[in-house]
Amino acid sequence: MAGMHKSEIANPVLNWIDSRLPVITMMQKEYGVFPTPKNFNYFWNFGALAMVNLVIMILTGIFLAMNYQPNTELAFDSVQRIMRDVNYGWLIRYVHQNGASMFFIVTYIHIFRGLYYGSYKTPRELLWMLGVVIFLLMMATAFLGYVLPWGQMSYWGATVITNLFSAFPWIGPKIVTLLWGGFSVDNPTLNRFFSLHYLLPFVIVGVVFLHIAALHIVGSNNPLGIDVKGPQDTLPFHPYYTVKDSVGMCVYLMVFAAFVFFAPNYLGDPVNFIPANPLQTPAHIVPEWYFLPFYAILRSVPDKLLGVCLMFGSILLLFILPWLDTSPVRSARFRPIYRILIWVLVACVVVLGFCGARPPEGIWVILSRICTLYYFAHFLVILPILGKLERPLPLPESISQSVMGGGGGGPMPSGAHAKPMEKA
Amino acid sequence: MAHSPANGHAHPGHSADVTKRDLLQLIAGAGAAIGAGAIAWPLIDSMNPAKDVLALSSIEVDLKPVVAGQGITVVWQGKPIFVRHRTPEETKDVRATKMGDLLDPQTDQARVKAGHDDWVVLIGICTHLGCVPLGNKPSDPRGDYGGWFCPCHGSAYDVSGRVRRGPAPTNLPVPPYAFESDTKIKIG
Repeated sequence: MAGMHKSEIANPVLNWIDSRLPVITMMQKEYGVFPTPKNFNYFWNFGALAMVNLVIMILTGIFLAMNYQPNTELAFDSVQRIMRDVNYGWLIRYVHQNGASMFFIVTYIHIFRGLYYGSYKTPRELLWMLGVVIFLLMMATAFLGYVLPWGQMSYWGATVITNLFSAFPWIGPKIVTLLWGGFSVDNPTLNRFFSLHYLLPFVIVGVVFLHIAALHIVGSNNPLGIDVKGPQDTLPFHPYYTVKDSVGMCVYLMVFAAFVFFAPNYLGDPVNFIPANPLQTPAHIVPEWYFLPFYAILRSVPDKLLGVCLMFGSILLLFILPWLDTSPVRSARFRPIYRILIWVLVACVVVLGFCGARPPEGIWVILSRICTLYYFAHFLVILPILGKLERPLPLPESISQSVMGGGGGGPMPSGAHAKPMEKA
Repeated sequence: MAHSPANGHAHPGHSADVTKRDLLQLIAGAGAAIGAGAIAWPLIDSMNPAKDVLALSSIEVDLKPVVAGQGITVVWQGKPIFVRHRTPEETKDVRATKMGDLLDPQTDQARVKAGHDDWVVLIGICTHLGCVPLGNKPSDPRGDYGGWFCPCHGSAYDVSGRVRRGPAPTNLPVPPYAFESDTKIKIG
């Protein structure tokens, strides 16, 4: 019959399905035999962990939604009912709550891998940008989700963040009224936040699909940052990386379980155990830990609009990173200066995180300003210049040469003619 | 890898060698299956009635206000429950019915509690397609058999809640209940 896929599968039932919708052939190609660089380290595990985490969040979220009430009169109590009366409700809620933190831990490490090994450089620019889109969607989803329990921090965090949009000239206040559905954060706001919180994860699933598709067109990067030359540089994804990823997943689940079963509220704010009170603001409004660096950037400048622009700008900047970094070398292993500076960036973001948790006064404001300045300087000034000035270390010939020949990642053995350096 | 008889993994009739890899795959697969079950069970069980719903799963009914000849309706587990206080004549008459005349033969004695023969407690949902039959309120029609009458398709029940005319196939069910005293019952 015309158009049918010629399936190679032995089993007749599976063959019938596969010839009409080649999902099995596709899975075998993309996750079975897919040639994957053989020198991955555990940093490459984190994308898969993020996908597992997404599935966990969707599953637990769906079951929570069976008992949650998105009404200001009922929301807080419905969460308590889940914790106390619903069978295993406490477990599902704690997995969902700590799963959000785990999602950001995993994603931040995944992003770090991209920054360190130059995974955003050509031909992976679009892959990187899809990743930034996923990150933005994650942040929106997390923000919406945090409002739902309708605690004090839920309410006041929602008030602060929605009020940010009033910074825009002329249309700002109209945008805020549109977001609120009223004159303050209230029932219409909560109801629509619930709807959007249920929706966005499925949008994330769609973008993740594109993200992985984009990856599979160009192939994965690797710790050396040099291109795959042939089959000798790769291994089939199954069983090598399915098994390695399973090991990583066990460690991830152990960390996750440690939070869920032994410290389920460690990363949360106790103030959120108080039901929302529109007439009383908590002494310190603090977002969840994963937003703290951006919160610090927001509060680092006294001007409202500039603070908002810097905060959004700090993430939007990531979209153009492939063009800001001018170095032809991908992996930081061969970039002696960048290798140090990226850790300085990490330290800067961590310091911003601490500042975000503190009231914006005294030393915290000073540190916020210095680190915000450094953050933007890293991307807008240092990276473009560094690529031109830095003298990278010699790259190895190929992946398999560096893995099989004496010592990983080193230059050619002495006495051999140095080949021209590899361009990214 | 050669299969050594000394290691105790003998598979009589198994022609290919069993390798360590097979064992590892079996253990990994079993572990994954157990893990999947351990994850699935709490999610599915969370859909079972929660503790606050279960707490409402029994109710007590005070029978003092219900005079002979009168019936009341209470709600138990979301369902209407008919509690009818029969007159002794009604009880005697309904016990005189021949089993052959019943669509769903059952003695009245099997449907009430001994020593409280004048009280009948039934789930008030017609066994045909689920309407709530009429007959409890004094203004309701009670059907040709003095019990209940279902307006949806015309089923008629006697004062024991047994179906006398269809299309209902079976008698009105009796919920689990017990007399805590002569004037109080606990349903569920």
